[in-house]
Amino acid sequence: MSARVLVGVKRVIDYAVKIRVKPDHTGVVTDGVKHSMNPFCEIAVEEAVKLKEKKLIKEVVAVSCGPQQVQETIRTALAMGADRGIHVEVSGKDYETLGPLQVSKILAALAKKEEASLIILGKQAIDDDCNQTGQMTAALLDWPQGTFASELAFEADKLKVVREIDGGLETIKIKLPAVVTADLRLNTPRYATLPNIMKAKKKKIAMVKPADLGVDVSSRLEVLKVDEPPTRQAGVKVETVEDLVGKLKEAGRV
Amino acid sequence: MLLRKVTSPAICSSVLRLQPAITGAQRQSGALVGVQNVRLYASQTAEAVLDKNVVSRDTTATAETVDKAVVSVESKSFAVNMFKGQISTSQVFPYPSVLNEEQSQFLRELVGPCSKFFEEVNDPMKNDALEKVEEHTLQGLKEMGAFGLQVPADLGGVGLTNTQYARLVEIVGMHDLGVGITLGAHQSIGFKGILLFGNPQQKEKYLPKLATGENIAAFCLTEPASGSDAASIKTTAVRSPCGQYYTMNGSKIWISNGGTAEIFTVFAKTPVKDEKTGEMKDKITAFIVERSFGGVSSGPPEKKMGIKASNTAEVYFENVRVPADCVLGEVGGGFKVAMNILNNGRFGMAAALSGTMKGVITKAVDHAANRTQFGNKIHNYGAIQEKMARMAMLQYVTESMAYMVSGNMDSGATEFQIEAAISKIFASEAAWLVTDECIQVMGGMGFMKDAGVERVLRDLRIFRIFEGTNDILRLFVALNGFQNAGNQLKSLQKALKNPLGNAGMLAGEITKRAKRRAGLGSGLTLQGTVHPELNHSGELTVKAIEQFGAVIEELLLKHGKKIIDEQFVLKRVADCAIDLYAMVVVLSRASRSLNQGHSSAQHEKMLCETWCTEAHERVMQDIKFLRSGTSKQTFKNLRAISAAVVENGGVVAPHPLGF
Repeated sequence: MSARVLVGVKRVIDYAVKIRVKPDHTGVVTDGVKHSMNPFCEIAVEEAVKLKEKKLIKEVVAVSCGPQQVQETIRTALAMGADRGIHVEVSGKDYETLGPLQVSKILAALAKKEEASLIILGKQAIDDDCNQTGQMTAALLDWPQGTFASELAFEADKLKVVREIDGGLETIKIKLPAVVTADLRLNTPRYATLPNIMKAKKKKIAMVKPADLGVDVSSRLEVLKVDEPPTRQAGVKVETVEDLVGKLKEAGRV
Repeated sequence: MLLRKVTSPAICSSVLRLQPAITGAQRQSGALVGVQNVRLYASQTAEAVLDKNVVSRDTTATAETVDKAVVSVESKSFAVNMFKGQISTSQVFPYPSVLNEEQSQFLRELVGPCSKFFEEVNDPMKNDALEKVEEHTLQGLKEMGAFGLQVPADLGGVGLTNTQYARLVEIVGMHDLGVGITLGAHQSIGFKGILLFGNPQQKEKYLPKLATGENIAAFCLTEPASGSDAASIKTTAVRSPCGQYYTMNGSKIWISNGGTAEIFTVFAKTPVKDEKTGEMKDKITAFIVERSFGGVSSGPPEKKMGIKASNTAEVYFENVRVPADCVLGEVGGGFKVAMNILNNGRFGMAAALSGTMKGVITKAVDHAANRTQFGNKIHNYGAIQEKMARMAMLQYVTESMAYMVSGNMDSGATEFQIEAAISKIFASEAAWLVTDECIQVMGGMGFMKDAGVERVLRDLRIFRIFEGTNDILRLFVALNGFQNAGNQLKSLQKALKNPLGNAGMLAGEITKRAKRRAGLGSGLTLQGTVHPELNHSGELTVKAIEQFGAVIEELLLKHGKKIIDEQFVLKRVADCAIDLYAMVVVLSRASRSLNQGHSSAQHEKMLCETWCTEAHERVMQDIKFLRSGTSKQTFKNLRAISAAVVENGGVVAPHPLGF
């Protein structure tokens, strides 16, 4: 197989960090906060690396869009087994407003440039929870998509994708090139080991600008306000079932 | 390795052998300190003072050259110098930052996955209950590269510097000391000898498999009858007539990884011919021994108080044929090998334990901030506040020491054995106090197994015992210091024999003493070295060092060579030395934070000031006590009480009820 896989890796605030909203309500505090790779992106990287280990594909390219720091995230992907990285430089105001559409345009452009036959992304990022990038990328490229994948297998020239849907599991077969987004149960990502982190230092990260790819990253969305989730009101204790039903009726719930 | 606590009178002489890094020339003169005649010279100093006026200026040049010859190699070690009442700042100021951009970046990348592994995969409670590290964890650690952190990259390791190693070990110490010992016994002592003393062939042969954890290593020094007195080992290795191999016989006890290791660093006595006399003498030699040589066996895992997850076992050597290629370092040079390995590993314990403290402090804080009693969160009460503050200070000092020592080592310092020993003593005692107080803050909750702190307390206990008990290390610190101070006095004696030629030096020494006696400063200062906001703490430190230097000299004049038998005195001298070194490391670190305008700088300033004020008090009190007549009586009493208790096989006083 000579296929090349593009994997998107997003740098997000670590899942264990307690998020704080900035005092001016323009966003959340990111300065001095621990960041790491979006967990769904880790799953995507793991799947791509596994395909490579099974010799089903030839090369895994990790892509991240953002300021200098996203190179750390790319390094993590390289330490997990990706072959090389592409850092799409987006900073300042552009980075603040960077959304699924802009990233999709970048990924689509890169997929053509790199002649990729598969793009694997996380189904969503844990910061903005958009769940759009995979779908938009497929649409822009006019490629088939296999979203929320919990199983992936090559069958002849096609890709079998088992999807996690509300009613259970759906199995589809799609033609390559295609876009796949990873759900939680697709695999368990490996830990980047120290020797592999060391080897990853030698792997290359190419720098490109959106303009080089002919992509305009300006956004048409404006964030008006970011708020803390409302704090939960204290509940009330009821003595009997009758009381409970009464209260629920009062609140118009039954 | 678990070094045994012994009370043999040979302790001192063995401790005195623990000075591999001190220049040979100074030691060749044999005696620890050649100060028998100092009293005589002391009276002569008066004459020298008078002479001073006569000496003309043009002799100064000659004086300086003679000075150099007499004083020989000046040590840069802060600890060595403080025993002379001098301050050498080059190794302690500014606080070392030894990582270059790339090393720092690499380390940053390693910290994340390492922490994650310990948070998500390793289960310290389960390891403790199983009395072994879970198989999948062990496998994960091997893949992680955790078994070869300091092995060069071209031999399959991660190639970390001491400072980088310290940072990762800190993570291990924060989560699981049992795993820490498994890893430490392997690489900090188990195969450190091969790293430090191995020849290229030995390194190539053994390090790759050790780095991946395919082979586990162990350090075999302690024997049933040889604990702290390491020189008294009985294991023998006799060279074959053909010279191709050695036959090793003996047994080692309390060997960490003893039951799991494939490669052993073993210390044994070998008959060595004395070049001068032609006599055959038993000397210690270090060997690399493979389990596969045959004749190597190990006992069942020992049942222990803590670090249960690590394997500790006896190891037996029965007619083991060890190829001559497996001699590590020089034949007869084994004691030096052992001491260097231990000296090189001590900073790691300080780093690991500063992580342990960080972990338990978080637990204590969590409880103190959420537990309500008498209508208030308990952190609002002074009783708890003092505990939290002291815990934070002890952690700050330990962490500062660990990275000071690792930084010094990384910048090529060779004389750090006093500092390394201090960091081990301080860290193990601080961690015990901090964990004990964490349990106290948590109250009944802390006593419960599920809180996960009682395990830490059990795991910690061994750190005051192994790799040189803190008692032995205190003697080591004090005697090392005395030896250096004694050497200085010796050069003073020599100078006094030729007072005219050495007028410059004598004049300096004499003014120093005169000023000290008159209660004036000796002109030493840390102003301009510490951040101006810490000048007061700096002054306290200088005052304490001046008095310390003076009392060391007084003790040398009083006891001479016999100081080695004065363990009551030595213990207190070591306590002062530990406090002084602690003062200077926090001064250095807090100064750096102030200089760089860290957001935590004012907090660190408070930690530093509080520490220095209290440490200064303690040092002054110890010095006052040592100088007083009471100390003599107290020591006499302690000796007598102990003797009576030993004589009686237990406490002597009858029960207050009479039965």
